Order: sequence, then structure tokens, then C-alpha cells
Amino acid sequence: MTSVEPPPKIRIRGLSKAFGPKVVLDKLDLDVPAGSSIVVIGGSGSGKSVLIKCILGLITPDAGTIEIDGRDVLSMGRAERDAVNGHIGMLFQGAALFDSLPVWENVCFGLIAKRRISRREAKPRAVEILAQVGLGADVAELSPSELSGGMQKRVALARAIAAQPDIVFFDEPTTGLDPIMGAIIDDLIVAQVKRLGATAFSITHDMASAQRIADTVAMIHKGSIVWKGPAAAIRDSGNPYVDQFVTGSTEGPIRMEVRR
Amino acid sequence: MGAVLGFIGSIGAGLFSVLATAGQVVLFAVSALGHCVRPPFYPRLLGRQMLEIGYFSLPVVALTAIFSGMVLALQSYTGFARFSAEGAVATVVVLSITRELGPVLAGLMVAGRIGAAIAAEIGTMRVTDQIDALTTLSTNPMKYLVVPRLVAATLVLPMLVVVADILGVMGGFIVGVFKLDFNAGAYMTRTWEFLKFEDVFSGLVKAAVFGFVIALMGCFQGYHSKGGAQGVGAATTNAVVSASILILVFNYVITELFFAR
Repeated sequence: MTSVEPPPKIRIRGLSKAFGPKVVLDKLDLDVPAGSSIVVIGGSGSGKSVLIKCILGLITPDAGTIEIDGRDVLSMGRAERDAVNGHIGMLFQGAALFDSLPVWENVCFGLIAKRRISRREAKPRAVEILAQVGLGADVAELSPSELSGGMQKRVALARAIAAQPDIVFFDEPTTGLDPIMGAIIDDLIVAQVKRLGATAFSITHDMASAQRIADTVAMIHKGSIVWKGPAAAIRDSGNPYVDQFVTGSTEGPIRMEVRR
Repeated sequence: MGAVLGFIGSIGAGLFSVLATAGQVVLFAVSALGHCVRPPFYPRLLGRQMLEIGYFSLPVVALTAIFSGMVLALQSYTGFARFSAEGAVATVVVLSITRELGPVLAGLMVAGRIGAAIAAEIGTMRVTDQIDALTTLSTNPMKYLVVPRLVAATLVLPMLVVVADILGVMGGFIVGVFKLDFNAGAYMTRTWEFLKFEDVFSGLVKAAVFGFVIALMGCFQGYHSKGGAQGVGAATTNAVVSASILILVFNYVITELFFAR
């Protein structure tokens, strides 16, 4: 008797995207098993952000397929896609909190928008969720502009997990933070993803962060995955791209476009 | 020869760019209008925008209207005195204000105040990923950001113009009675005597169109801004300039529709 392997939570096949003559994603293939935490690493301009935006439906790829739970999200209509997005959380690089709304409304924005809770119910709920990311009730009434970078990231994390998503995306979660705050955010991400039992998909160029968050690491270079393996194996991967990226050496197969 | 061809080519490229942008604006407007009639609706946001666009624009529109009415009375008097036609001042003031100056000046003032604010706010949301964040939170940015501003501006501009009409006529009355020594009753009689419904109505139609144009250009420029602070600045400038030009263009078109014989 053969056991049937469950389909991956996210399956990407032949994903391509070009902006004019610049090819950003080049027939990229990637599987993300349910309940795992994958971190895609790569240099600036390697296609990480475009990849995550394609999966989220913010950019339409030129070719390829993206399946979530076995369903091709690229062929879905707007309403169906919104329903899929209802099970997705996203933490943006710059937090992307809504300036015009107080923190509590930011945290519960998705829940209110989907009419899951009323505005009256939202505030105590937001305070509960803020507590899960280590923020007190006093933060709820503040405006995002009154928060430090680390607090904004925590509020953004609270917003990402508020609807108890199946998949959470993290775009450079520690960028712009000091190493201690970066480690705190990483620990919160790991704890919350584990609590939700969610699949985590992160992109970063912070190696320390990648090792803290990831079960699996994938390296993207010039729009393709050039290595994928367990996070523990990243320092002795034997892959010249990964080795150069981990050591930060200027010598190796990765050539940055720098004019001298 | 090469330089001439290059010059002609650059004119052609510029023309194509303008046409492409015009096409994008039309598609954006059609999409926004489609979203206006499909749920979900955001009455809370609509109310907030009506307050922002209407109530908070009252002082600037009121001051513009009252001083325009005053200067119009003064200028008409000094001009008409040459033909001994001073009696027409009140009629000229009321017709000029209701047909042209009320809607156009209110439109231009609101374009400067609100068009710029809309473009800056939506543009900042675009370059800081807040619009993408809306999409990931299953909220359509066109419905959440664009529709409330379009509907609010279209509804509120006519209300502002009613206020501008009243204050403009009042400005003319103040100068006419207290400076030019017109009889107050006679001035008001001349004001009402030749005023027709279509004079006021055409101004209100203009105001609604101007409101739509101001919000449309602010939203369009903000929605498509890119490149950080510089991009947002450019979007703000483009929103005000394009809205102001379109106000003057549509002013002629609507005047032609109402009054051309």
C-alpha cells in the first residue's frame, strides 16, 4: 500500500515575469508544504519581492501557475481571489499601517472589512491580539506615526495574524530594526506561526533572521531557485551561490550590477 | 534632417503619451463608476469625505466668492458708467456669479485644496504599500479609497456653489449699496429680475462635473504615483494642474450646451 503525499500548500510552476527587457522571474518552480516555514533568500533585485507579490495577486505574472491548496489562483475571479486572501496574512517590509486609522482599527481592519466582527467588538479584540505580540492596551488608541519602527512591525504582525490565517507572508520582517528588536520580531513570528499552525513564507536577506524563522531555505538568483534545503544546512550547502551569499563575499558567481 | 526628424519624433512621442494617459484616465473613471453601484459601500468613509471636501472648504470658497462679488460690482460700475448703464450692475453681478464665477472659482479653489490632498494621501499610500495592504486584507482599493472621494466631491461641490452664489451676490450688494450708493431694495429687485432657473441650474451642473473631475484627477494621479516622495510630489502637482485645466475645458463645454443658440 502506497501513502498519498498531500499536495503542497503553495505550488509554483514555471513562474515568469519581466518588466520590459528586464527578466525578474524566470520559469521559477517552488513547493511549500503545509505547516512549514520557508524563507526565500537572495540579493537585492533577485526577484524576491516580485515573487511574493505574484503569489498575493498584487502583480500578474507573464507565465506559469500558482496553486494554493491545489487551486490555481491566477485563473480565479476577483471574489474568489478575495476569499483566498481571507485566509492569508501579510507583513509588509515597511509595516504599511494605515496612517489615517488608530492602531486598533489597523489590527482588526480585515475582520471589520469581512464583516466578521462589528466595530464595537473590534477594539477589545484588537487589544487581545496586541497582547499576543507583546504590546499593551495603551497602544491601541495611538496613531501608527506615534510608534517606533519595532512597535510598527509588531502592530503589522498583529494585523497579519488577526484573522487567524492559514498562510502568513513576511516581506523582510527585520529590515530597519536593530539586531535585538530583529530577534524579538523573529521570535514573535515563530511563536505566532506555530500557535496558528500556519504555513509561513518569508523573504529576507538577513541570514540571522532566516535561520531563526525557517525550516527550509530557498535561494533565488536572477529569478530562479538555485538551491533549496533545510535551514540547518545553509552554512555547508556546497552551493556556490548560497556560500557566497552567506559569507557576503564579493568573489563568486553572484555579480552585483555596480558601476564603478 | 536628422535633427528635424528627431524633433518631429519627440512631438509624436509626447502626443502619444498624452493620448495614452487620457485613455488611462477614462478607463480609471469607468472602473470607478462601476464600483460606485456595486457593494460593498462605505457610508462612514463617504460622510468623512463630504465633511473634508465640503465643510472644511467652506472658508476658502466663501472668501473667494464674497471678494469676487465685490470686485465684480466695482469693475462693472466703473465700466458701465462710461455708457450710463450703472443700473445693470446688479444683473451683471448675479448672472456672472451664478453662471460662471461661482462654480469656476469654487472648483479651482477646491482643486487646489482637495485635489492636492487626495493625490498626496493616495500617492503616499501607494508608495508605502498601504494600497497593496488593502488588497491583501480583501478590500478593493477602488471601492475603499476612490469611490467615497468621487461621490463626495460630486455631491458636495454643488452645495459649496450654492453658498458661493449667495455670498458672491452679497459681496456685490455690499459694494453696490454701501460704496456705490445704490438703493438696497432697487438693487435686490434688479438682482432677481433677470435671474432664471437655468442660470443657477447650469452652475450647479458645472459644480457637480467639476467635483467629479477634481476627485478623479486626484485619485488617478495618487493611485499611479511611484518613486517615493518625489513621485508623490509630482502626482500632487499633476492632479492640481490637470484638474484646473479640465475645469476650464468642461466649463466651456457645459456653457455651450446650456446657452449656445
